[in-house]
Amino acid sequence: MLSNALNRFISPPILLAACLPILLTQPALTQDKPYFVTYSHDLEEPGNLEIETKTALARPNGGNRYGASAMELEYGTRAWWTTELYLDGQATAQDSTLFTGFRIENRIRPLMRDHVVNPVLYVEYENTSGADKTILEVVGHDGQADLAEPNGASRREHQHEGELKLILSSNVKDWNISENFISEKNLGHDPWEFGYAVGATHPLRSAVSGRECTFCREKFIAGAEAYGGLGDTFSLTMRDTSHYIAPLLGWQLPRGVRLSFSPGFGLTSTSLSRVYRVGLAFEFNQVGNWFHNSQGSGSSRGGAQ
Amino acid sequence: MTRRTFPILSIVLSATLALAAGSSSRWQHIPAKDHARPNPLAGNAEAVVAGALVYRDHCLECHRANAQGDGHKRPALRSDRIRTATDGDIEWFLRQGDLGHGMPSWSSLPAAQRWQVVAWLRFIQ
Repeated sequence: MLSNALNRFISPPILLAACLPILLTQPALTQDKPYFVTYSHDLEEPGNLEIETKTALARPNGGNRYGASAMELEYGTRAWWTTELYLDGQATAQDSTLFTGFRIENRIRPLMRDHVVNPVLYVEYENTSGADKTILEVVGHDGQADLAEPNGASRREHQHEGELKLILSSNVKDWNISENFISEKNLGHDPWEFGYAVGATHPLRSAVSGRECTFCREKFIAGAEAYGGLGDTFSLTMRDTSHYIAPLLGWQLPRGVRLSFSPGFGLTSTSLSRVYRVGLAFEFNQVGNWFHNSQGSGSSRGGAQ
Repeated sequence: MTRRTFPILSIVLSATLALAAGSSSRWQHIPAKDHARPNPLAGNAEAVVAGALVYRDHCLECHRANAQGDGHKRPALRSDRIRTATDGDIEWFLRQGDLGHGMPSWSSLPAAQRWQVVAWLRFIQ
């Protein structure tokens, strides 16, 4: 009814005049999925840089409360290739605060078209200490006992690991459904360890309302993810490892800021009973242009001319 | 021309032609079902304004506020190609992207938002 009335009374020049200010304001940018462990087939737009912190807050049985944070620098190298650097650290109550290592990963879409199921290949090199508590994945027989060790002891263990993931992801009727199969290998001696992550999300409103807003439903994405270990090459099993289920909520704020939150619940006795995750992301558009434009061409934002 | 350079030149030429054919034929391989799909939001003024918002958030950085692109890798969207394409063609192209040439796939956007962008692109032609 409202749109019919609008269509009748709004002429194209008036409509254009209504739209022009929109194009001159700051973009809200991408509304990425609020997954913390699961990956979808969404890659960073080429030339964009996203900086995100993913923080996990938990208290293992027999251990102290801790907060572990991974700072993620994600760059869209090509439309089919995203590269990332993670810097990890943690602070444990009545213990210490320390940098726990870094990870470099690449995600590549081998198929150039969108299909019902879209595969993405993920390759990561990880150089962390045993004190890393970010829980960006669960593999092998990971359990809360690993997280309860004092930092002084756990930091002595060095983990040089390679990780491969097969990411399968589908966008169906505004749902995103993603499944990840994880395999990780300590480059020293340990066997291959395996894990999984699955997730689904849906925006609270599919269409944009046509007005600037911060609290409206289209700015929110809700969903859930489940992740856990699958043992290793010696014992491929879902027992003696951690499994979690976690509702998700993502909120797209103005100026390219995204906030996400997820309370995770452990499903086995080896899992943490609860882990709270908070993510804060900021996206910088077309960072490559910053350098090109310093050589004397036009505006980096490519504004209205 | 030596016996060795001819096969090499043939391969390079074939690859170049294949790439050129691939880039020009992207629009020609749109399935008939998608080609014929009408925009459910066509003629809706609200969809045009909403499409401008979606365009600003996801497309403007490359294609510019005036939709003229940069004249190189980021093409103008006020063009004969868009004018002659059906609404279904444009929605299909948004959904698929052109990963090999730098255009991301926007299948992660809800379908309604892609149609809102189509309404906006139609409006600015």
